[in-house]
Amino acid sequence: MSARAYTPDEIMTVTAARQLRDGAVCFVGIGLPSAACNLARMTHAPRLVLIYESGTVGVKPRVLPLSIGDGELAETATSIVPLPEIFAHYLQRGRVDVGFLGAAQIDAFGNLNSTVIGDYAHPKVRLPGAGGAPEIATYAREVLVIMKQTPRSFVPRLDFLTSAGYLTGSGARAASGSPGAGPRAVITDFGVLRPHPETQELELAALYPGISVDAARAATGWPLTVPGHIETLPAPEPADLAVLRDLEARTRAAHARPVRINLRN
Amino acid sequence: MPLLPLNEAIATHVNDGDSVALEGFTHLIPFAAGHEIIRLKRRNLHLIRMTPDLIYDQLIGMGCAARLTFSWGGNPGVGSLHRLRDAVERQWPQPLALSEFSHAELALAYQAGASGMSCGLMPHHADTDLARVPGAALRTVRCPFTERLLTAVPAINPDVTILHAQQIDAEGNVLIRGIVGAAREAALAARRVLVTVEEQVERLRADMNAVVLPSWLISAASIVPGGAYPSYAQGYYARDNRFYLAWDEIARDRRAFTAWMERHVLGVPDHAAQLRALGVAA
Repeated sequence: MSARAYTPDEIMTVTAARQLRDGAVCFVGIGLPSAACNLARMTHAPRLVLIYESGTVGVKPRVLPLSIGDGELAETATSIVPLPEIFAHYLQRGRVDVGFLGAAQIDAFGNLNSTVIGDYAHPKVRLPGAGGAPEIATYAREVLVIMKQTPRSFVPRLDFLTSAGYLTGSGARAASGSPGAGPRAVITDFGVLRPHPETQELELAALYPGISVDAARAATGWPLTVPGHIETLPAPEPADLAVLRDLEARTRAAHARPVRINLRN
Repeated sequence: MPLLPLNEAIATHVNDGDSVALEGFTHLIPFAAGHEIIRLKRRNLHLIRMTPDLIYDQLIGMGCAARLTFSWGGNPGVGSLHRLRDAVERQWPQPLALSEFSHAELALAYQAGASGMSCGLMPHHADTDLARVPGAALRTVRCPFTERLLTAVPAINPDVTILHAQQIDAEGNVLIRGIVGAAREAALAARRVLVTVEEQVERLRADMNAVVLPSWLISAASIVPGGAYPSYAQGYYARDNRFYLAWDEIARDRRAFTAWMERHVLGVPDHAAQLRALGVAA
């Protein structure tokens, strides 16, 4: 990939941004989801409604927040609501179109682990945990997952089920009563996986330019199904890359700014 | 509502073995109060917080906590809380029992506690493994009206909730502006409420629907400018994202962590001295 004019993170972010239609209500996580949502808002989807789990609704940040609750989000929000309300009145009530999640592990049915690697009581790695993810995965009308594809993260069996995807597939999710449809796409650094319409197993749907099917297979910990036709995704437009790089440069500058406190009292 | 020096407020209202919620979602995290708990060497605390953040990483690493109730335990936007991980993975400096929820569940648990309910209810859908870990607190019940399954989350009523806020007025009423998280619910759920504030003003110029905690709900208040640093106080100072990035390196190593805490928390008399030593305040 070294000869390309973009990094893996950049093509993931641009590809994820393109999945968002203008006017959608989107529940955003920190990191790549936040970059993708704001890139979409600054390019093709100016009326995208962004909700962060800090209770900030309709935010239009000029720089990317480091945390889910930076002052930048509060200052640019349409409204700020208490946490019980953001989960109950917005998410649980069915007012979110798209939930955007990452995780440490994903399985072939789009179930996610962000809790532990190893046994829960004696973990090898204690991960941060659930946060808002279980309810985002349940209630958002659809879910986009964005994560790097490696055999360690795309696993045959999760160490812990934090957030439900299609459970065991073939309608198991709908039978559990989950209101949302589940993961519509998994955007990785190789391309995009989508669920089979009946079995709901994630299959390779698209690859970035110059990425081979074999490479995507080798990066997947389960035997990845590859349908007859695989779409080749376009390289990022220079205009999109320019907006993204400008946003990231502004973000770096903002996060490096020293804080000064006045102890006048 | 007495106005007390912070060390006196903590010494009076936070006891060994208490359940303590220092709330504030990314914003208004009561760091100064947490550091006073560390200086007073409180032990066997049951710490409660949606996002433990750096302040609980510090309390856990300094041996103040026996149990943690939480819903997301990372350094936001940076990665792991290394002291929390060390306690869970290797029991250093002591074992830490976990009560773990999702954000929605923990917010509901505070709201139930604030409402005098024994539990809060939410729709039940796919079980996740959080409902199946040893000691998991979630139960399912059936709605008596619709027969639908509901998830019951037990109420949380901390012995003490500690908040940081922007202002207190002459009568002792306290104003919180900006991201409020579950601060209001955590305060109303608690048996005792301690507040640190940026400043005292004659009169709060609050919007009619602003979050104002009336003085008679508050056990004690302390005026501590910069009391949320390195988190932030909207309208006063920004989140020190550089510090959050730097903490990753400090907390990764037990000795580096202990040295930092000895120098910047145990080795200073109060929060103002710490801010001056860090070069954040003049």
